Amino acid sequence: MAKISIKDLKFFYGSNEVIHGISLDIAANEILALIGPANSGITTLLRSINRLYELTPGARMEGEITLDGDDINASSVSITELRRKVGMVFDIPTPLPLSIFDNVAYGPRLSGNTNKQDLMVIVEKSLRLAAVWDDVKDRLSEAASSLSGGQQQRLCIARVLALEPEVILLDRPCSGLDPISTTKLEGSLEELKKDYTIVIAPHNTQQAVRVSDSVAFLLMGDLIEAGPTSEVFVTPKDTRTSDYITGRFG
Amino acid sequence: MNKDTISKMVFFILALSSISALALITGFIFIQGLPLFFKVGFANIVFGTKWAPSQGSFGIFPMIVGSVCVTLGATLLGVPIGVCCSIFLVEYCPASLSNLFRPAIQLLAGIPSVVYGFWGLLFIVPFIRNNLGGPGLSMLAGSMILGIMILPTIISISEVSLKDLPRQYKEGALALGMTHWQAIYSVLLPAARSGITAAIVLGIGRAIGETMAVIMVLGNAVALPESILDPIRTLTTNIGIEMGYATGDHQQALFATGIVLFVIIMILNSFAQYIARRK
Amino acid sequence: MNTNDKTIEKIAKAIIWSAALFVLVILTAIIAYILAKGLPILNWGFLTQIPRNMGRSGGISSTIVGTLMVTAVALVIAIPFGIGTAFYLAEYTKESWATRLMRFSAESLAGIPSIVYGLFGFIFFVISLNMKWSVLSGGLTLSFMILPTIIRTSEEAIRSVPTTYREVSFSLGATKWQTISKAVFPSALRGITNGVILSIGRCIAETAAVILTAGTALKMPTSIFSPTRTMAVHFYILAREGISMENAYGTAALLIILIFLINVVANAAVNRLMEKGR
Repeated sequence: MAKISIKDLKFFYGSNEVIHGISLDIAANEILALIGPANSGITTLLRSINRLYELTPGARMEGEITLDGDDINASSVSITELRRKVGMVFDIPTPLPLSIFDNVAYGPRLSGNTNKQDLMVIVEKSLRLAAVWDDVKDRLSEAASSLSGGQQQRLCIARVLALEPEVILLDRPCSGLDPISTTKLEGSLEELKKDYTIVIAPHNTQQAVRVSDSVAFLLMGDLIEAGPTSEVFVTPKDTRTSDYITGRFG
Repeated sequence: MNKDTISKMVFFILALSSISALALITGFIFIQGLPLFFKVGFANIVFGTKWAPSQGSFGIFPMIVGSVCVTLGATLLGVPIGVCCSIFLVEYCPASLSNLFRPAIQLLAGIPSVVYGFWGLLFIVPFIRNNLGGPGLSMLAGSMILGIMILPTIISISEVSLKDLPRQYKEGALALGMTHWQAIYSVLLPAARSGITAAIVLGIGRAIGETMAVIMVLGNAVALPESILDPIRTLTTNIGIEMGYATGDHQQALFATGIVLFVIIMILNSFAQYIARRK
Repeated sequence: MNTNDKTIEKIAKAIIWSAALFVLVILTAIIAYILAKGLPILNWGFLTQIPRNMGRSGGISSTIVGTLMVTAVALVIAIPFGIGTAFYLAEYTKESWATRLMRFSAESLAGIPSIVYGLFGFIFFVISLNMKWSVLSGGLTLSFMILPTIIRTSEEAIRSVPTTYREVSFSLGATKWQTISKAVFPSALRGITNGVILSIGRCIAETAAVILTAGTALKMPTSIFSPTRTMAVHFYILAREGISMENAYGTAALLIILIFLINVVANAAVNRLMEKGR
């Protein structure tokens, strides 16, 4: 069974339909890359998986998204639990104005874990997983904003990992980063795949090729093509897909 | 009920405070002052020229005229200086000076109004008496003090509206070959018009409402002024001077004065809010 | 650019500079005069002795205590209501007729003259609620007066907290309340503090509203039910009735110094905010 199953998803901002009925399955422990030009609905799709779109006034979704077979919009679902299961990393590093430690401990503390010892264990583990522990281990009480952009972004990943989520959504996580930081971050994704399901909007198609197992190509709110990365990039079925990946547009 | 629902309810209840406060103030001032309007007659109060509370005459027309005149004077003095200062802050002020100028404006806003009044009494009043004649305690003295006191209001609000203008306005104007002043005068000031107007209206409101500063320099005579060197009394000073010992109808008459003041202020406020919102 | 334009440019520049200098000169003149006359009066005895003989001799200790007590009452009431309103307006609701009414009320309150607050406080707290002239009546009246300041500055502070903080907090599974208390409030705290500090300044400087509600008693206030005289009122009475010019100057100097310190602290708070921001 798919980890996440999206069925006939439509999405509206006010009366403006931006996603026109997408169906897509995401398998457990894979990295799925969502590719497509700007305004294709990729960010919106990511935000509907953890229901973060609800913060946007006038935003509305139709259709069904299931996580492990359960409808995420069912009234019995706790939105806070859903967001803990489905963590999100944003397109720019978004440290909260707290210390490094407090940033990572933010999530665990929300669920009532205030034991300093426990928190320390979780924080260290998460920072190690996000490959940023060595950079920050001596300065945990410093402001998170004192880190470099790449470190901040990996801190944000650690912050998500501290929730012990099942799925991680990454919305163009490398768009503000230099190539070296990007390489490090991609390296950590490879590690993380073992334990998590990852949906990433890469900031270019090369990154999709490098990191993903499967890929879905969205264009203007429609899903054009989806499949294993190797197949889609080598033998695209749709001409629009081949036009896009060969760089004719987008 | 979860914490979110509870917190929302608590905040909603707290947020009713501003409405309740305004309603309470309006209610109590009107309850206390309105009966006299019915007893003596609206026209006899608002257009009556004789104020002799012990004899049952409650005409506050001279005070209304006094308030309007002092405020007009304050506006004539304060607005040009204030608007010039806001232009200075946005367009001419060197960075080093702005670190001095901005706190200075804040300090000007923070100085207690009694201190202004006292200073006016010591410097402005004798100056007028010695150079222009009259008792010195006068409408002119009041206007000068108020003209200074409304500066922070006018400067800060005008400054914000000038600063919020898109950079392109100025750059576009300069690119067309305008001089700096031409750009300010024919592009920036008109574009910031609504904000500056709101600043002026709020400044007028402050001037009309000020009490303690003008009490010390106006002379407080109840008479229609014939020249700007005459002592006069305003609505606010009428309340400030007599509230300490008034009882009965006299006290109600002071609340009636308060109603007139309140209504004027509310009209000005609503007007300022309307302009500021219209953009 | 022809010569005519150049002349106008120069004249305009000169006028604008002189307006700015005029303001600085006036401010300096007022402050320098009061401090020159008042600072020599300020000494430990003046600050710690009770006023005697109507304020002709002795110090101003009871008026300092009275001012602090009245201000404290005003803050205790206005802070929760003001900040609560700000959070409601900024975080909990969309624009509607109710929020427009709240905003209209707050902005109207900001424009109401202090003498009208005095009238209201007198008839409502002093007479109707029978609190008499007291610290409590004065403080409550001032709390109404500073409410709009606190609402506005807090709402601005809350709105200037980056949206990403909220999104991050929600995305980590926080509830609305957790997001507001753990992510938004700490970030807005400095701006909110700034508004509160400015309100303290308004309370200390206020005369018209407190003279009608807290009274003019010179005795040391013993509880919030005691009548009291604040420093600004004391200065007003000393100066207006010519009781003691020396002590009036001394009181005014202390007021100016306090207002100055309050502004310095408020500015420091703003500057720290800007440093922390990036």
